[in-house]
Amino acid sequence: MDDGLYFSDQHRAVRDTVRAFARDEVAPVASDLDVRAEFPWPTVKRMAELGLLGVPWPESMGGAGLDLVSYLIVIHELAKVDASHAITVSAHTTLGTSPIVHFGTAAQCARYVPLLAAGKVLGGFGLTESGAGSDAAGTQTRAVRKNGHYVLNGGKVFITHGGVGEVFVVTAVTDPGVGTRGISAFILTKETVDLDQARELGIGHAESLVPLAGFTSGKKEDKLGWRASDTRALTFTDVEVPVENRLGEEGAGFTNFMRTLDSGRIGIAALSLGIAEGAFEAALAYAGVRRQFGQRIAHFQGVQFPLADMATEIEAGQHLVFHAAWLAQRGKPFGKQAAMAKLFCSELAMRTTIMAVQLHGGYGYTRDFPVERMMRDAKICEIGEGTSEIQRVVIARHLLRELAD
Amino acid sequence: MKIAVCIKRVPVMDRRFTIAPGGTTIDEVGLAYDVNDFDLWAVEAALRLKEQVGTGEVVVLSLGPDVVQEQIRKALSMGADRGIHLQAASVGADDLPVARALADALRDGGYDGIFLGRLAVDRANGVTGPVIAELLGLPCVTAVSKLEIANGRGRAQRELEGAQEIVEFPLPAVITVDQGLNTERLPTLKGIMGAKKKPLEVRPVTLDAPRVTVRRLALPPERIGGRIIGEGVGAVPELVRLLHDEAKVL
Ligand SMILES: Cc1cc2nc3c(=O)[nH]c(=O)nc-3n(C[C@H](O)[C@H](O)[C@H](O)COP(=O)(O)OP(=O)(O)OC[C@H]3O[C@@H](n4cnc5c(N)ncnc54)[C@H](O)[C@@H]3O)c2cc1C
Repeated sequence: MDDGLYFSDQHRAVRDTVRAFARDEVAPVASDLDVRAEFPWPTVKRMAELGLLGVPWPESMGGAGLDLVSYLIVIHELAKVDASHAITVSAHTTLGTSPIVHFGTAAQCARYVPLLAAGKVLGGFGLTESGAGSDAAGTQTRAVRKNGHYVLNGGKVFITHGGVGEVFVVTAVTDPGVGTRGISAFILTKETVDLDQARELGIGHAESLVPLAGFTSGKKEDKLGWRASDTRALTFTDVEVPVENRLGEEGAGFTNFMRTLDSGRIGIAALSLGIAEGAFEAALAYAGVRRQFGQRIAHFQGVQFPLADMATEIEAGQHLVFHAAWLAQRGKPFGKQAAMAKLFCSELAMRTTIMAVQLHGGYGYTRDFPVERMMRDAKICEIGEGTSEIQRVVIARHLLRELAD
Repeated sequence: MKIAVCIKRVPVMDRRFTIAPGGTTIDEVGLAYDVNDFDLWAVEAALRLKEQVGTGEVVVLSLGPDVVQEQIRKALSMGADRGIHLQAASVGADDLPVARALADALRDGGYDGIFLGRLAVDRANGVTGPVIAELLGLPCVTAVSKLEIANGRGRAQRELEGAQEIVEFPLPAVITVDQGLNTERLPTLKGIMGAKKKPLEVRPVTLDAPRVTVRRLALPPERIGGRIIGEGVGAVPELVRLLHDEAKVL
């Protein structure tokens, strides 16, 4: 892809910074973090310093004031090296912060966004419940209004930054019996589980936030991939949430979250594309040096064909991702293209990483090469923020709507 | 503390180079460009000095066609205050006209220090700094790997073959920076955003006619892969024979 189609000089400057950071500071630690399933506070601090945790928010709110394409470049470049770092940026920015920026009052924005945009604290987004995954409308968590408070009871599962984060946007039913129109959103705060480390590094905790009693996180999930990302259940036991913490109107929670997920999908698509490209680059380089039968394996047509397929599909994926972003940035409808980009790129990441391991032979199956980690990291991209099946449902819904018009 | 830093746009070195038709220039297709590494360390040194003193200005100059503005913006995104683009459509192989144009732009700038890289990784002549110093009548300290500046004087360490030299000098002075002085900072995203709003002045310049021209460029001979003759002591006679008869080094 000629990057001039979608990128300006400024976008290239952003890419240079993130590439250099990923190469020099993330690549050396990625494998070890994966083995130990450790949340990378020191590199997260560096990401905060570089401004990677508030890319698209206005400078007046403490963000970098850059556009959506810049933000996607950050996720894409990080994912080429380590998907866990990329999802940390994506979950924090799109899921944790964007609902407040888009649907919050001026007071809510002033209170939370500067802390989040500077990376002073990490944010998360709680939609999924044990009984409400793909069917996010099946939310059971209840919010009952009582004496100037909402009292929340229930819980969420699989929440990125559940432990390390301090600011969460979550959904709960305020009006049972009216379906999705009875779901509202709330901003909830708690202390990070890594308080000592946060205090030592000066990141991850804000004294100005009031932890809400009864709001806790569970044990860290032991995952196949994204192992350096923190995923946990959240539990709400009689949590008294001040009315001023309601995000948006009562009953608007579900529609607002669906809008958040629309743009979130471009982010996961960019992340998936990054994994695919990282694995492809590793496979191409390996095929150029590994010798069998007296020659480089890249000389075998049986190796060249999959490399050609991977490169072609990656190029197609780049256009899907950056075209969806191009639409979104111009205020045009982009929901269908975002779902297409997410569907295609997440499945591409899976195919490409499996083939990259194959081209590495036995070495690819060991931790001495990054491709086995990339293969494990790719799988969740077909599941999180809407499974591949749900993307197809969304795309088909757009098609049928167009048919009806 | 007012410091000027001269930076050069150079091809990124990890690419494969080919010679363009005509045989006197590099084929630019597929090349990526960046600020010369040594110049980035010069920018970093200037920024640190300004931060240490607490006040001052870091001005970045680059000479060349309009594309060099990309490199000036990079220095601005690292934290330099303003840029001057000395606009010249093409720059030849003679460093004297370049140094003269830079010296003319620097002469009345009131700079306490003029920083450059020890050399540019593309041509590796390493003369631009010393020639500027000569033209401006300033002291020149080359290949600096440690630098302290206080009370209008400088103290620098220079790396020699197997030894170090410590020199002292008055300001203003021209300093060329060697590897090891520092590691340059990455531009932050806010820095990149802010760089757009910083002043970048364009001054067209006319370069004197070059007296050095490139006649011919040639790539180094392809490295031929190694050959394994055998193992252990048994292989030594054959190795000696080949070194003598084929490689002709014995
Ligand atoms: C590492 C990780 C991080 C996550 N982070 C977050 C987060 O930060 N916030 C958050 O809210 N959630 C998060 N999730 C949850 C994630 O979004 C859900 O797991 C996902 O939406 C799927 O829901 P489920 O797991 O309940 O699967 P289910 O919905 O139970 O799906 C099971 C299978 O049934 C299929 N299926 C379901 N319905 C249909 C249908 N109508 N047609 C066809 N097939 C269907 C699915 O595609 C899937 O194959 C995370 C999950 C993981 C693993």
